Amino acid sequence: MATREHVRDERYSEVEHLVVDGIDISGMWNRFYEPREITSYDFEALDKLTAIEGAESMGWCYQCAKCVGVCPVDAAGGDYGPRKLFRRLQLGQDLLSADDLWLCTTCMNCLRVCPKEVDMIKIMPSGRAVAVLDGQLPDELSEMFRNVAEKGNPMGQSPRKRVAWTRKSPVPVPLLPKDPAPVEALWFVGDFWAYHARGQDAACAMARVLTRMGVSFGILGRDERTDGDSQRLAGEPGLFEEVAEHNIEQFGKYEFDTILASGPHAYNAIKHEYPRLGGEFEVAHYTRFLADRLDALRPLLTGTFARKVAFHDPCYLGRHNQEYDAPRQLLQSVQGLELVELYRCREQGFCCGGGGGGMWLDGLVADHTGERLSENRVREAIEVGAEVLAVCCPYEVSRFEDAVKSTGNDGKLEVLDIVEILNACIPEETP
Amino acid sequence: MRIIVPTKRVPDLVEELIVDDDGTALDPDEVETRLNEFDEHAIEEALCIKEASGAEVTVLSLDGEGVDKTLYTAIAKGADRVIKLEGPEPEEVTSNYALATLYAEALADLEYDLVLTGVQGCDDRDGQLGPLLAAMLGLPCVSVATDVTPEGSSVVVNKEYSGGMMARFRVQTPAVLGVQAARQTPRYAPVSKVRQVQKTSSIDTVEVEEDTTTLCGVVAMAPPETGDGAQMLDGVEALVALLEDKGVA
Repeated sequence: MATREHVRDERYSEVEHLVVDGIDISGMWNRFYEPREITSYDFEALDKLTAIEGAESMGWCYQCAKCVGVCPVDAAGGDYGPRKLFRRLQLGQDLLSADDLWLCTTCMNCLRVCPKEVDMIKIMPSGRAVAVLDGQLPDELSEMFRNVAEKGNPMGQSPRKRVAWTRKSPVPVPLLPKDPAPVEALWFVGDFWAYHARGQDAACAMARVLTRMGVSFGILGRDERTDGDSQRLAGEPGLFEEVAEHNIEQFGKYEFDTILASGPHAYNAIKHEYPRLGGEFEVAHYTRFLADRLDALRPLLTGTFARKVAFHDPCYLGRHNQEYDAPRQLLQSVQGLELVELYRCREQGFCCGGGGGGMWLDGLVADHTGERLSENRVREAIEVGAEVLAVCCPYEVSRFEDAVKSTGNDGKLEVLDIVEILNACIPEETP
Repeated sequence: MRIIVPTKRVPDLVEELIVDDDGTALDPDEVETRLNEFDEHAIEEALCIKEASGAEVTVLSLDGEGVDKTLYTAIAKGADRVIKLEGPEPEEVTSNYALATLYAEALADLEYDLVLTGVQGCDDRDGQLGPLLAAMLGLPCVSVATDVTPEGSSVVVNKEYSGGMMARFRVQTPAVLGVQAARQTPRYAPVSKVRQVQKTSSIDTVEVEEDTTTLCGVVAMAPPETGDGAQMLDGVEALVALLEDKGVA
């Protein structure tokens, strides 16, 4: 029961004290407490989405638009962001059958600023999973899913050729299935380092750096499958579980102190998602693993790298896992290297466009944006005067190298993985 | 309309193909198998017919490694029933004649209006499974078929000839068709759905007698011999010099 004091007008008065059910909600009587025009929208589309487990928070949006200002897809001309999606749902657009469902990279920049915690990291995979079960998914994505389901990697390459890169390696790469001795690090190499030509450069660099540091390590070889994180985020939880269960079974066969993940997505999946499938393992992204062993690494870095380097924070290392320092520590350990920060760095890092399935949606994204997200980022790197764009996510070398070419900056900006820079600074003759 | 799709597994060409020590077959320990790509199109075409005008779709496969997953995947895509033929070892069934014999035996106890096979497989390249099956069952057959449309007690189907010539056939059912390509890309069956199906559906099994008659067999199998390799030319002048040298320019 409400009791009102100092009432001047029953309907429109400002009250000094208003107590409702014992709670003082003093303040100007305003329209928040009355039904308004807003409730006359047809909520069918919104209700359909928010009825999905995991997608409930879409309904919490109150249209402040903080998200749109930081949405990388919107910045690339995509007319996007949670606020806009909510508005379209309000106007009756069925997100589950719209291209909008596939444009979000789950970079988490919107959640960082959202006062209502509208969580696209849960909304997108949940909504997409329903669409995928319904057969409504882009062809590009279904081809990737099929490749993973049949071959265990998104490229559709032979599972046996997962070890082909080791033949290029300057040092021997121990295979745990052949030599199951206990190791310090079970190195989860990942698809792009195993199969992509430029990724293989980074894998070879990593093998040499680990060997020179005296780290005992081994890889799963052909028994490794994709980590599954991108498949989960792109709406195939069953496929994620299938590959994750396989990897967990393989991890269980060997003795190691930690899993060393080449990529932020593998790190994220093994750290946060594998435990619910029974896979509890220590895991470190390679930048953290190496930064924790700088005492062993630094003496090896006798070469110089006298160039201006900008570092691109990967979304799934930075915002998703709050690791901003390890990559910078590694770069700052290199003699002659001048680290310059991009305008949008650390917590505000700008997405490369590869997350959440974006890696395999280039065609669809191009239809809805004015530029690739990676092109936007490359222009930023040029603007801050960087000569090298340093990355530590296996998706990024190919994305940014393509973007350097497509923005007409060929020759002006080199894209290198941090471990390639470290490796280049360890001369052959270092004792 | 009742449609039956007999399928087979073939070597996965993404892997390096290794011939066994006898030099007459691929080494089964080194080869991975997958559902024949053309069979995927046959399944897809059957499902498209089902969606367009109603049909009951049954998918058959000879037992073997990976077959259960293939059959559950077919259910997840929309097949109504899946049957596994048990008895012979897959490695023993080395020709389409042997395979057709087994499928004809299984089909004798099933009711159907249409049998759709993939037009060929990468392991035979003879396109004979459909025609052999039709001959054994005494049914009409059209091979290299696309766009299968039921019309009363017949189906209308397109057939592609060499040189791109197309013809349209009307075929009395029951009939056997060798499907060249489905009207759309074979759909993706989400693993989430396949895993559900594995818990809620079952695979029927049928015993078949192995026929060991070998009418033709492989005498020798070998990968292509490596040639001497191409000569890489460095620039236009080198090309002109070479052409002059050969007396062409």
